[in-house]
Amino acid sequence: MLAATAIAVIRQHSLFAIVMLFGIYSLLSASIFVVLDAVDVAFTEAAVGAGISTMLMLGTLVITGHHERTPKHGPVLPLVVVMLTGAVLVWGTLDMPPFGAADNPVHQHVAPRYIEDSPQEVGIPNMVTSVLASYRAYDTMGEVIVVFAALVGVLALIGIREQKSPRPVSTTDDKPPRPVLQVMAKLLIPYIMIFALYVQFHGEYGPGGGFQAGVIFASAIILYVLTFGLDDAYALVAPSVLRPLAALGVLLYGGTGVVTMLMGGTFLNYSVLADDPVQGQLYGIIAIEFGVGLTVATVMMLIFYAFISRGEKAA
Amino acid sequence: MMLDFFDLYNYWVVIFLMMAGFYTLIAYDNLIKKIIGLNIFQSAVFMLYISVGKVSGGSEPIAADNIELYSNPLPHVLILTAIVVGVATTALGLALTIRIKEAYGTINENDIVQMNRDAEAEKAQEWGRE
Repeated sequence: MLAATAIAVIRQHSLFAIVMLFGIYSLLSASIFVVLDAVDVAFTEAAVGAGISTMLMLGTLVITGHHERTPKHGPVLPLVVVMLTGAVLVWGTLDMPPFGAADNPVHQHVAPRYIEDSPQEVGIPNMVTSVLASYRAYDTMGEVIVVFAALVGVLALIGIREQKSPRPVSTTDDKPPRPVLQVMAKLLIPYIMIFALYVQFHGEYGPGGGFQAGVIFASAIILYVLTFGLDDAYALVAPSVLRPLAALGVLLYGGTGVVTMLMGGTFLNYSVLADDPVQGQLYGIIAIEFGVGLTVATVMMLIFYAFISRGEKAA
Repeated sequence: MMLDFFDLYNYWVVIFLMMAGFYTLIAYDNLIKKIIGLNIFQSAVFMLYISVGKVSGGSEPIAADNIELYSNPLPHVLILTAIVVGVATTALGLALTIRIKEAYGTINENDIVQMNRDAEAEKAQEWGRE
């Protein structure tokens, strides 16, 4: 089914249909991740793939137009290249370990330690969170910095147009232009935000964490932008507020590391944060997950603002 | 032989998706379609990692009292962050596409290459005159 959707994505010429199909593709792959036991990943994929990235692509299509011309050269040469590469890769898989076997090499090195010791060492049941935020905290910090750097790149490339567009006053005091949508959105947005906070602070016990929470929180604001327009959204959360917050999230993450160093531990070793090492781990994880959530949420909102304000200018 | 097929089935799905993304990347001229191709390719890599981490009969890696066998949490961590980084870099690519559209008036790669060539030829002519 995933393969069928992928084919449909490639065959379509209307870019609008492609983007919509790509959202379906993401949702399908999220359900496959659930089947493969990766609940945290499925969560992220559903929020990011089916939500944010679809919105970003639509925002781009507004500017670039949504029809594609048929390519000038034929499909034969690329098809041959692809077939050859695929055949070599399939040949390579013949030596790969079988799917799902518990004694595969991938399960031999550090994974048993994570699985057996992390509930005691870090003190939280969700192993994905303890690996993400504690054992491999350096990695995660790198990822957060990459997300932040992508934001800097987007702002440098297209920027955010902040001045309000001149529009007639009469639209504001009359009845709202899209009553059903706006009332529904007003009902939904608080629940989305509460859910995001739940995902943020319950990430140690169930699936969830800063990355997912940030994306869900951003999607609440994006819903607001879509139903109420950009000017009202600026009044709610101005980009000038979000920009320092995005940096603050990264600072919080790195700052936690520096604090652990000042308290005599190594960088990002949270055990020194409290008298009880396990309690210290918990404090550290909550702090950096909050940093991650803050950065991801603000970065997603700012990128969305950038695309939408550019689109309004073009229109 | 039948057993072999299902043992390696996950890799073949991944390879199919990966090649579908690769094909989109090299066969089409539209830059947005290329970005989508890259995304499909990327999701194939995600699928590979997650399927490698699966243990048959295992449970999701959240510790509970009556469960003995868990799937491998490490690939989940890597892919979880990769998805969010992926959407951030996709946004960067789309932003570049927008700038290209504004500068060239098209997002068709062949047209852009042609325009660059024309501009260079023009410049060379001007140099020749001086």
